[in-house]
Amino acid sequence: MDTSVIDSAWLLVVVPLVGAGILLLAGRRADAWGHWLGVLASAATFVLGAVYLLTLLGWDAADRVVDVHVGRWFDAGSLVVDVGLRVDPLSLTFVLLVSFVGTLIHLYSVAYMEHDADRRRFFAYLNLFVAAMLLLVLADSYLLLFVGWEGVGLASYLLIGFWNHVPANATAAKKAFIVNRVADVGMIVALMLMFSSFGAVDFASVFAGAETTDTGRLTAIALMLLVAACGKSAQFPLQSWLGDAMAGPTPVSALIHAATMVTAGVYLVVRSGPVFTLAPDALLVTAVVGAVTLVFGAVVGCAKDDIKKTLAASTMSQIGYMMLAAGLGPIGYAFAIFHLLTHGFFKAGMFLGAGSVMHGMSDDVSMRRFGGLSAVMKVTWVTFGLGWLAILGIPPFSGFWSKDKIIESAFAADGGHGWQPWVFGLVALVGAGITAFYMSRLFFMTFHGQRRWVESDDGSGLPVRHPHESPALMTVPMVVLAVGSAALGGLLMVGGAFASWLEPVTGHVEHHEPVLPVPVIMVLTLLLVLGGAVLAWRQYGASTVPVEPPVGSVLTRAARADLYQDVVNENLVMRPGQYLTRSLVYADKKVVDGGFMGAAGALGLLGEAVKKVQNGYVRSYAAMMLAGFGVLVVVVLLVWN
Amino acid sequence: MDMSNYLVLSALLFSIGAATVLLRRNAIIVFMGIELMLNASNLAFVTFARMHGDLSGQVIAFFVMVVAAAEVVVGLAIIVSIFRTRRSASVDDVNLLKN
Repeated sequence: MDTSVIDSAWLLVVVPLVGAGILLLAGRRADAWGHWLGVLASAATFVLGAVYLLTLLGWDAADRVVDVHVGRWFDAGSLVVDVGLRVDPLSLTFVLLVSFVGTLIHLYSVAYMEHDADRRRFFAYLNLFVAAMLLLVLADSYLLLFVGWEGVGLASYLLIGFWNHVPANATAAKKAFIVNRVADVGMIVALMLMFSSFGAVDFASVFAGAETTDTGRLTAIALMLLVAACGKSAQFPLQSWLGDAMAGPTPVSALIHAATMVTAGVYLVVRSGPVFTLAPDALLVTAVVGAVTLVFGAVVGCAKDDIKKTLAASTMSQIGYMMLAAGLGPIGYAFAIFHLLTHGFFKAGMFLGAGSVMHGMSDDVSMRRFGGLSAVMKVTWVTFGLGWLAILGIPPFSGFWSKDKIIESAFAADGGHGWQPWVFGLVALVGAGITAFYMSRLFFMTFHGQRRWVESDDGSGLPVRHPHESPALMTVPMVVLAVGSAALGGLLMVGGAFASWLEPVTGHVEHHEPVLPVPVIMVLTLLLVLGGAVLAWRQYGASTVPVEPPVGSVLTRAARADLYQDVVNENLVMRPGQYLTRSLVYADKKVVDGGFMGAAGALGLLGEAVKKVQNGYVRSYAAMMLAGFGVLVVVVLLVWN
Repeated sequence: MDMSNYLVLSALLFSIGAATVLLRRNAIIVFMGIELMLNASNLAFVTFARMHGDLSGQVIAFFVMVVAAAEVVVGLAIIVSIFRTRRSASVDDVNLLKN
């Protein structure tokens, strides 16, 4: 076995990084060709990734974990950290997902951002994102992973606030950044705990050390990692930033806030599988977080009228599924990644479709002003429809294979004993039904039903729009992703191919019997999905959709306001925090500064008093010297005797 | 003759010198007071040298004379230059350096 091919894995990170560097440093000179350089850098990483995949496929399963040592990062006493990359089935899966979907979205952006004066800067950030994301997934230590982790956070911040001349976008970027910083504290604490427990932060040492460490410590590490994952993956209770992140350009929402970056949390949990597996309580918390977010996102998605925010809520909910699967332990790891992969395709495809719709509808995002677009945007309609069928889980589309497996595993949670399989299983099942409802609502409101726009002003008060199909540069990536949404799941599922491909990382697991027979689960899921879709068709496809949103029930209003997540955050965290800082500033001014300023003032007054003595008359100085001399003589005489 | 008489004389001269420095305003007179104090101390040095039979005191007296001569040169130069600019030899007029 010759690993020399894999030794060049560092190129995966360096190529897009160099691309970003050139685009940022070249400035306006690169405006004419910069976007093509960006596409090229991204495509090159995909080609490299494909070469590594073929290389790995040629080896035995047991040999498919390769650590590439790049160099020593730092040597600080007992903490020695090397820069190394781990090329294994899990990281390579991510590399291919990120670079493939990334390249398509780069291509799409060439057309989508054509009229933006800052297109070159946009591509620089996209390349920066790809580099950081690949570093994140390839790193062989938690510290290096953290570098990529922060890098994608930075790229996300820069891209959400890409149109930062609009204050709301700048605020959204800041919100995403700050919520992620909260989560990063979890990561930093986890790093500290690892160092104190194992004396190292690389995967190999941590996983080896975990075998002999007590459960309490492992639970603490795992929970801290989970906090980090919750922030990056917009999981409850750190989910509030994802909806606002839709302020960024749509290709960004597709790449970063749907297909790749937000799934980094799932990657972290699965990568840390050996730690989580030995900490059952942390696994349970992970599953609960996933289940809560799954329902949370689905409920929010049912009420949103903004097409991108609905998709964002859906992303949140789908990552909830992945978290739930990851929280089920070894039986779920592979399915979490599998769903992540299929979701990456269909959700990116749908986001690009949403971008295409916005492109044709004068950048409008409200689905209440869409309707009947299937006739005018045929390619978008078909590609979006394939993504829609995939996320619904209709066989044989991708989502069916991955989501069904997660629901099945949820019904087999905890070895199929106790309350866990029932609770998680039913939540996952009901979630599938709600997903079907809100995704169908989105689909029907946008592409079917009455047109709630007019071609020319006819006095009806409806907005004037001239929808048209997007250029080929935009439709081709959509078509490719739609093909992936349709076929990828089934292809990878043949003979459990994907699960056995991931086996070197996730380990081999014995099949557990779910508490309900598998065919029953499958039929129940399909019935719920069909029920949700039919309900959505009756409400939004067949009947009139009001352009002005109706007041709605309490639940609708709550869901429109993201279930009051911002209100809760503001009252529970932000305002007390602001109050605390303000009182600290006040205390600092009054007590600390007050003390110093008081002492300084007293010394000043003393000086004022003493300086009167300095009157400029030589004679009085001489008198003082004489008096001082006299005192000295008296003192000396007294001491002497 | 009792040596302590010289010391009394020295103390008297020193007091007169100090009083002159403190009380008179004319810079030349103040200068004379300083010279008087220096010489009073010289007298005390010489007296002690005789009392103890040690020449160190006499040597120091010479040093004081040298310093006094140098000081007179510098001091008088300053007084002359002040007089040129301010048309006065009163030490109370030279009171700018204060507060």
